[in-house]
Amino acid sequence: MSSHVAMKSGDVPRYNSNERVTHWIVAITFLLLAASGLAFFHPAFWFLTSLLGGGVWARILHPFIGMVMFVFFALMAMRYWKDNVIQPYDREWNKRLKDVINNRDHNLPEIDKYNIGQKQLFWTMIVTMVLLLVSGVMLWRPYFADAFSIPMIRVAALVHAVAAFVLIVGIIVHIYSAIFWVRGSMRAMTRGTVTHAWARHHHPLWYRRTTGSK
Amino acid sequence: MQSLDVQNRSATTTASPQVRVAKEPVAKLIDISKCIGCKACQVACMQWNDLRDEIGTMGGVYDNPTDLTDQSWTVMRFSEVQRGQDGRLEWLIRKDGCMHCEDPGCLKACPAPGAIVKYANGIVDFVSENCIGCGYCIAGCPFNVPRISKKDNKAYKCSLCSDRVAVGQAPACVKTCPTGALLFGAKDEMVARGAKRVNDLKERGHAQAALYNPQGVGGTHVMYVLQHGDRPDLYSGLPVDPKISPWVALWKGITKPLLSIGLGLAVLGAFFHYVTRGPKEEEPGGKA
Repeated sequence: MSSHVAMKSGDVPRYNSNERVTHWIVAITFLLLAASGLAFFHPAFWFLTSLLGGGVWARILHPFIGMVMFVFFALMAMRYWKDNVIQPYDREWNKRLKDVINNRDHNLPEIDKYNIGQKQLFWTMIVTMVLLLVSGVMLWRPYFADAFSIPMIRVAALVHAVAAFVLIVGIIVHIYSAIFWVRGSMRAMTRGTVTHAWARHHHPLWYRRTTGSK
Repeated sequence: MQSLDVQNRSATTTASPQVRVAKEPVAKLIDISKCIGCKACQVACMQWNDLRDEIGTMGGVYDNPTDLTDQSWTVMRFSEVQRGQDGRLEWLIRKDGCMHCEDPGCLKACPAPGAIVKYANGIVDFVSENCIGCGYCIAGCPFNVPRISKKDNKAYKCSLCSDRVAVGQAPACVKTCPTGALLFGAKDEMVARGAKRVNDLKERGHAQAALYNPQGVGGTHVMYVLQHGDRPDLYSGLPVDPKISPWVALWKGITKPLLSIGLGLAVLGAFFHYVTRGPKEEEPGGKA
């Protein structure tokens, strides 16, 4: 994915095909997990079990799908953690969050590949994914739950629900931002590239770093 | 059992069928001071409910099987204790099984609609065909009663012979008890009988005798007469003050509506942000 090739086509490469496949595996498994998990959480969402073939199938499949999500998320985390270290200019950028929310983007501090919102989502996902994995294994019947005491399982159930809530809210913001709010973002994860204008506007440091232009 | 009105149904937010004139709450009274540990109740339970546990191994104690299982919905638990100044040995034998709580933790925890019901007469019953095998009932129960079968991954426990009770019969264990340690009837009457028996025991030197009908779970539809009412834990770890765990109460209480509304607000918030602020677009070809 040399930037030179992409430059010719008039686009800036952001995610190669491996990265995109990994992302979408996490995304699809997340949707299945959210559907079945919410169904177990509140009866208002029980109808979602039919997406996985009914209540019993949802209970059987949920933890296996969860393992797939965790493994592929871990691959993403290893790839992206360096890009998500919070820098001084992120804090400056964050001070103008109100302007960002109101689409007043003029003279925002220049940032690299990810803005502070994306970075916060990244670290939130790290924490919630680990909590979900640990508490999820403790709840996993019939294979692992018997190895844990009932008081521990009670704590795990609450931790699992709250961590999932935080993760789902984070992903709602993520989906909204990528598909609806920040125009031109979605193609980074579908076709792998963004426009020069998009890269310059939203991630100027990254833009200069990857393209070598000023 | 359609002949019994349902008072409460797991994972259900609307009213259960309950137009019939309210049934009288029932209860089983287990008088531990009259129990001889013959296990006839265990056999009757197996016979009526078509249960056959695996033949296990002798663990050096009378407890057999040593724990409740999906096939053993009631077991006798034997404990030897020494109390008082003379240190006299006492053999306390408790018939363990579902307590049929007025406020059942299993039902509160269950995510599968209709997998656990509480009938108007107070019996808490597992409707196994609706069970998904998640084991949340195990986390919800303050008495460690439900067991999941390895055969079908469904939870099982004492039904208080809801099928017999529905047609006016006493539970199989009560029917078979040779000493009258087990009684079954209207809950009020059982409480009165228990209180009378407690008085008898007090007159005979058991000053701490008491009826075990723990209010932390709203009372139970299976009650014990205890010689040592001040120490329920002597009876093979009967909980002193059982209640639904605060973790379960949080998880299945305020958390459910609060987080559900939170998710709805997040989606609505995103939608209205789009409607009021619109998308973020870079200036074409220009500088940020």
